[in-house]
Amino acid sequence: MEKAQREAGQDISLAALLRRNARKFADRPAYREKEFGIWQCWTWAEVEVEITNLALGLIDLGLNEGDFVAIIGRNRPALYWSMVAVQMAGGVPVPLYQDAVAEEMEYVLGHCGARFVIAGDQEQIDKVVDVQEQLPKLKQMIYLDPRGLRKYDHTQLHAYTTVQANGAERRDKLAPIMEKRIAAMTADSTCIMLYTSGTTGKPKGVVLSNRNVIETARNSAKFDHLRSDENILSYLPMAWVGDFIFSVGQAYWCGFCTNCPESPDTMMTDLREIGPTYFFAPPRVFEGQLTNVMIRMEDASPLKRAMFHHFLNHAQKVGGDLLDGRPVGLWDRCKYALGNVLVYGPLKDTLGYGRIRVGYTAGEAIGPEIFAFFRSLGINLKQLYGQTEATVFITQQPDGQVRADTVGVPSPEVEIRIADNGEIFYRSPGVFVEYLDNPASTASTKDADGWVATGDAGFIEESSGHLRIIDRAKDVGKMADGSMFAPKFVENKLKFYPDLLEAVLFGDQRDRCVAFLNIDLTAVGNWAERNNIAYASYQELTAHPKVLETLASHVAEVNKSVAEDDMLSGCQIHRFVVLHKELDADDGEMTRTRKVRRRVVEEKYADIIAALYDGSETISTATEVTYEDGRKGEIRATLTLMDAEIATPKKMRVAAE
Amino acid sequence: MTDVTDSYVTPDGRTIGGVVMEMNNITLRFGGVVAIKDISFNIREGEIRSIIGPNGAGKSSMLNVISGFYVPQEGEVLFHGKKRPPMRPYEVARQGIARTFQNIALFEGMSVLDNVMTGRLNYMKTNIFQQALWKGRAEAEEVENRAVVERIIDFLEIQHIRKTPVARLPYGLKKRVELARALAAEPKLLLLDEPMAGMNVEEKEDMSRFILDVNDEFGTTIALIEHDMGVVMDLSDRVVVMDYGRKIGDGTPAEILSNQAVIDAYLGVSHD
Repeated sequence: MEKAQREAGQDISLAALLRRNARKFADRPAYREKEFGIWQCWTWAEVEVEITNLALGLIDLGLNEGDFVAIIGRNRPALYWSMVAVQMAGGVPVPLYQDAVAEEMEYVLGHCGARFVIAGDQEQIDKVVDVQEQLPKLKQMIYLDPRGLRKYDHTQLHAYTTVQANGAERRDKLAPIMEKRIAAMTADSTCIMLYTSGTTGKPKGVVLSNRNVIETARNSAKFDHLRSDENILSYLPMAWVGDFIFSVGQAYWCGFCTNCPESPDTMMTDLREIGPTYFFAPPRVFEGQLTNVMIRMEDASPLKRAMFHHFLNHAQKVGGDLLDGRPVGLWDRCKYALGNVLVYGPLKDTLGYGRIRVGYTAGEAIGPEIFAFFRSLGINLKQLYGQTEATVFITQQPDGQVRADTVGVPSPEVEIRIADNGEIFYRSPGVFVEYLDNPASTASTKDADGWVATGDAGFIEESSGHLRIIDRAKDVGKMADGSMFAPKFVENKLKFYPDLLEAVLFGDQRDRCVAFLNIDLTAVGNWAERNNIAYASYQELTAHPKVLETLASHVAEVNKSVAEDDMLSGCQIHRFVVLHKELDADDGEMTRTRKVRRRVVEEKYADIIAALYDGSETISTATEVTYEDGRKGEIRATLTLMDAEIATPKKMRVAAE
Repeated sequence: MTDVTDSYVTPDGRTIGGVVMEMNNITLRFGGVVAIKDISFNIREGEIRSIIGPNGAGKSSMLNVISGFYVPQEGEVLFHGKKRPPMRPYEVARQGIARTFQNIALFEGMSVLDNVMTGRLNYMKTNIFQQALWKGRAEAEEVENRAVVERIIDFLEIQHIRKTPVARLPYGLKKRVELARALAAEPKLLLLDEPMAGMNVEEKEDMSRFILDVNDEFGTTIALIEHDMGVVMDLSDRVVVMDYGRKIGDGTPAEILSNQAVIDAYLGVSHD
């Protein structure tokens, strides 16, 4: 314990942790990346050399203390090294979302005044070059993959390897400068800046200090007993705070190995090959996997299918209890063990979850059935609640106290307070320093005592002490009759159906609720194939009468379940429409982390909402769409507006009796 | 025309070298049908050379003459300045010429990786028995060749289908696999027979990108046949236009677009 504290005193920056790891775990794998069909591996000692050379190269290129360096690209070891190298060279790394279009990049690059950009490939360089004229502060660009960039003007453009080589060559001259900059770092120096995805307005730059990152990494690693022999797969956007904490913060604190997939398309294969012991995924990954498993089991032989379902039912019965350490009878234990040999084990191996000790999901609510499915297989999947401003962790579920409807107890050293209006506030060592160049927003989010408003409404369940989230505080509204309107509550119920990808509920200040639905093309497409329903496009499939019929039955079921809730029974869906296009981040309808921007959707589709309320049967509409390369087009469609079956609220039934 | 022996640099910074292949007064007949009539043109090192023309103009026949599959009745084909004798397909491959086909000709039941590996056959010296025993030289040889193939898989971004049987792939990806197999032979001259036929706009853009990257990255000389005029004009350094077996135009895309004979052939001539 004492030793840990002493170490914590010294290890105040990622640079210090890197050096500690290079000493302590010199020959242990630090990074792996699959390239050319083979997992390439770097030990901690090798990584230290790579990062140091890059840091020296950056200083050689003219990086000054406090300069912002944007890092753009898919998860690759070299880009993770860039983050640490920038810090060692005295700069501040700013990872950006790689799928952002040029204008979005222009905003963030301009906002922080980035002087350097480190990009993965030509695609990213092209986007930066497109907006370069508007970015007077931008001086140097560095790329990893030289492909297609050979003929570009190289006055401001440099290959990653060249920068490293130059740094190594001039080590004698540059090393003292670097050492001075590292020595000048304190726990309060900026470690990284991350842009929030921003469901409303422009993204804000969240400044996190070394203290934020390292103390949070230490606390959360202790909470889940993470060790130096963990393996994680890093595939979530590098610009997201979670990826930074898991793949850099915790990885450096514990000294475990970060694995990068070969390409975004091979993620599932790579997951299976690595078999991570510590894993994070948003609910949609688990949903997608479950849908896939179920679809593929439909194609299995009758014997296998019967065995699958038989043992799965058994797992549903006792799997969760076994995982939580609750008493289970001997016969059930034996049967579960047999199921493990025949079904669960092979299934987990196929999914890549064979070795998981700790798994987390967060970001959105996960469907209780999906959550239960993975847990019943013996996968220790848990939920956490967090945000960028908290350096991720606010609450998390301890082993053995896992439930689908809560997000757990406060993380170590986090205090939680619920305001009178239901909004959740927290205070912790992870609380961010400030929003860059935005004192007004900083002040309105964080008060003088360090309490931060989450913007989410929730309550602490008295029986268990676990936090439950209701909705975004600003999204919670009132219906015309004064009852509570919490759209997320209803939307989540809808999204738990595998054939529904997205749902948006409207009804604030109105007398009844209406909803937009997006179908899940994989699930519905597969269903259409099985039922011999031909369709030529997404749009055609969404308008198929059979699809509408199925969705109407889902809505009716959701209405029934909403009616059971005393507070929210007014949120039943009276009418709905299946949208002719998927809500998309390129069109600004969602954030890059796939959260619906309610206001944008409401404005963009105002005509459809109006039609839902005025009772029309159909509506013809034209919608502007943005293609991945930024060009615009238009989709025209005539949509059928559907009436939904309404259930009688429980409290009214009681009154009638 | 510029002097055929000089090299020059294109506006986008690529170096185009001297002539590598020369077709002199080629005439090709199938019985009484004259497929190609007295055509001469050349291909220079490092360039992207396109052959265009309406259906039945003799483009694919021309490509087969270049590849040595057809032997013309009249005229001569000079490869690196030497007259080329009739050859068997594997001899053509050994000379550094690889091709893709208009109708995909992959091994449907084999994985993408195995298909691409077949492109390396000319580089393997061990015999079937050594390979079956998988000892010593054979093993080392496979590792070497696999490394080359993996670079191509990475280059064409088909890692996710590496182990997938070709029969299960959509059309656009099969075309890409075929290109991968041709590249695996590390050709000096790559012949592409309608690489973009039947593709949607996005697939065409991807394929164009790959063709440009191949030319840029490996310095491969490329001769291609294509119907999509937009694609041809964007990609090519020089274009040959054929109509009814004759050459009716030859030059840069800009020259071709303003060539009256070409316009007439493509848009038709009014007869009033």
